[in-house]
Amino acid sequence: MKPETLARLLILFLIIGLGAAVAVDRLNARQGIVELHARIAEDGGWTPDVIYAAAGQPLHLRLTSDDVMHSFAIGQSDQPAVDILPGQVTDLTLTFDQPGTYIFYCTRWCGVNHWRMRGTIEVSGDGTQAVAIAIRPLYVTLDLDIDAPHPALAVPSGEPSAVRGAEFAALLPGSQILTYQSPDYYRFHFPSQAFLDLRAEPALSHLTDANVWDVVAFIWESNTTPDGVAEGRRLYAQNCAACHGETGAGDGVFAAEVQSAFGQAMSTMQAAGGAPANFTDPQTMLGASPALLQGKILRGGMGTGMPNWGPVFDDQQIWDLVAYLYTFQFQKEPK
Amino acid sequence: MELTRSPLLKAALKFRWPQFILFALMLTGFLLAILSGFIGTPVGSRNFGIVFTWIAWWAVLILVAVPFLGRGWCAVCPIPLPGEWLQRGKLLGPGETGSGSGMNRRWPNKLRNIWLQNVTFTLAALFSSVILTTPVVSSVVLAAMLFLALGLALVFERRTFCRYLCPVSGFIGLYAQTAPIELRVKDKSVCAACVGKPCYNGNASGYGCPWDVFPGGLAKNTSCGLCLECLRACPYDNIAINTRPFGADLHKPAGRRMDEAFKAFIMLGAALVYAAVLLGQWGGLKAAAYAVGTLPWLGYAAAFLIFIFGLLPALFLLAVSAGRFLSRNPATPRQVFVSFSYSLVPLGLTAWVAFSLSFVLTNASYILVALSDPFGWGWDLFGTAGQAWIPYLTNVLPFLQVGILVAGLVWSVRTALKIAAESLAGRKVLFQSAPVALFSLAVTAGLLFLLV
Repeated sequence: MKPETLARLLILFLIIGLGAAVAVDRLNARQGIVELHARIAEDGGWTPDVIYAAAGQPLHLRLTSDDVMHSFAIGQSDQPAVDILPGQVTDLTLTFDQPGTYIFYCTRWCGVNHWRMRGTIEVSGDGTQAVAIAIRPLYVTLDLDIDAPHPALAVPSGEPSAVRGAEFAALLPGSQILTYQSPDYYRFHFPSQAFLDLRAEPALSHLTDANVWDVVAFIWESNTTPDGVAEGRRLYAQNCAACHGETGAGDGVFAAEVQSAFGQAMSTMQAAGGAPANFTDPQTMLGASPALLQGKILRGGMGTGMPNWGPVFDDQQIWDLVAYLYTFQFQKEPK
Repeated sequence: MELTRSPLLKAALKFRWPQFILFALMLTGFLLAILSGFIGTPVGSRNFGIVFTWIAWWAVLILVAVPFLGRGWCAVCPIPLPGEWLQRGKLLGPGETGSGSGMNRRWPNKLRNIWLQNVTFTLAALFSSVILTTPVVSSVVLAAMLFLALGLALVFERRTFCRYLCPVSGFIGLYAQTAPIELRVKDKSVCAACVGKPCYNGNASGYGCPWDVFPGGLAKNTSCGLCLECLRACPYDNIAINTRPFGADLHKPAGRRMDEAFKAFIMLGAALVYAAVLLGQWGGLKAAAYAVGTLPWLGYAAAFLIFIFGLLPALFLLAVSAGRFLSRNPATPRQVFVSFSYSLVPLGLTAWVAFSLSFVLTNASYILVALSDPFGWGWDLFGTAGQAWIPYLTNVLPFLQVGILVAGLVWSVRTALKIAAESLAGRKVLFQSAPVALFSLAVTAGLLFLLV
């Protein structure tokens, strides 16, 4: 063979070999595997954002991030979140027992619109629609306007204590305290309303306002458990603190950007000054019932950057989160 | 010392296959780099195109090839290969007359300088923050170079792209003057008497110089691409590869030009700006450099251009003029400006070496990852895809950088003294060189501030 022919063959072999290796890999990769790319929401979020699967059949995912670190989680599911590292591939196989529409989302604070990184997995097949059982929207049942301002009817001068409140609550007749502690009363009433109701109780008439607020704190605390509050704290830290702040003061790391992006819309709503809601402010928090807060979390919006968490959190998780939000108002231990 | 006195080495250099196999491997790597930018992960640190071009290749080029081999990289650069194949009709060795598809037109005389290379490098530098980090943009640039080289090879003779347009070739040529290796003729009288000049026009043993250089007149490394065709073609065995002291070409008064003088400022200025943008602590500057097309970027671009084409040359002109006044140098301001700008070549080279060490040592561990998984698709070809990011030699890096920059300063000052001594004597040499040395000292101080 002439040297020139050999040289040409060498060049062609290298170029064709390179192309062939890539083509073969791509063909293999597409067989039964969904390649899911994560990008910050401003650059498109998830690609694809709709994935199709069949109930009882494994769904093979190849997760990769095209920019920063993201995480893949499925709403209302026990499936642990999986981190997705930039330029790296993480393989994940899921099997859905029930057909339905499942939400997948990012759990890493990847950007100011991190919350918009949502996608759906449409699972076909026979059986009950698993995720269709979404949380009952209590705010709809009660016809609550969750977009309206909700100022407190009264505010305490100090931070109410549930521990002290337990002692004062014992002054109420047994049936009476059970009524106040019932989930229906707790969920449908806001704390300052409960304060006024308790203030009118003859059995508590000799107590100071601060003491009555302690009873309110006790009632609110008795509607949750330490585990529930811990779960609420975990959910808050992972999903809410970026905007609302670690201490609930509405000063999270994304607060300024959210305020800048949604400020005008937010200023027309209850969120003062266009900032994310401040849970340490008694004027708004003590005028918000658990049903109202559940609605806000569930639906999101309010003309703000607040996402809807309904498809992501299950019913109990939302109540745990609501219970945790009130801890920014009520102290567990007396100071 | 003449290396080609070794029959073994000479035979190895004349034999085409080792060089061609390197060409072929480089071409494959180059195409892989382009391909990975278009179809691989957009994450630069995991993309072969970014990692191999701007970390691995750049490290080899600026830390090894240019300082020690001059245009050694040009000898195996794959960019001219496809165009030359079509132009000459042959991949390996000289083609038969008329076998190629090239129109073989002459490049216009007015463009026979490196001003266009100054422009292409500056353009690339203005967009470099994006080019160096965004795989698809990087691939567009690399592909554009490949196609431009191919198109020019079909219209113009020889390696027009390499000689007059390639943004990399321009500075390699400038810094090749410092390299301790050269290709020269052994006896110029042999060339003068040679009929047919096969080293320039080609013969059955080697094709005519693709760099459009007549080796018989070669005095500097600037334009010799070390392709070795003249070594193969010369019927009188009159071509030699020699070792020599570092910076030998800088002391040759002939052939100093304004376009090369400005290349020295562009390179020195770009090293300073890159150090500030890529390694500095100024988030606003970094953001402006990355936000191509926005108002902050336009401000950055304007400042960059003013700095390299205005401020640096103006300050240098002030320095050489002061020296000219003090030494009563009869040369014109233009002459001293051009001549002494060559004293900045060692400083520029060491500035780039010191700057490059920072990001090369920091990011070198990505090379193993990209080698195993070039597209970021989860491949693990060599079992190194999971290699963790490890910055190397961080504890000695500042000392290395200080040593290199100080060495560059000393080398520049010595070069300035030698250039002054070409036309002056006694204390006048010192008077002329002192302001230039001060300029170099200020630049070195700036680099030390930015890098260390």
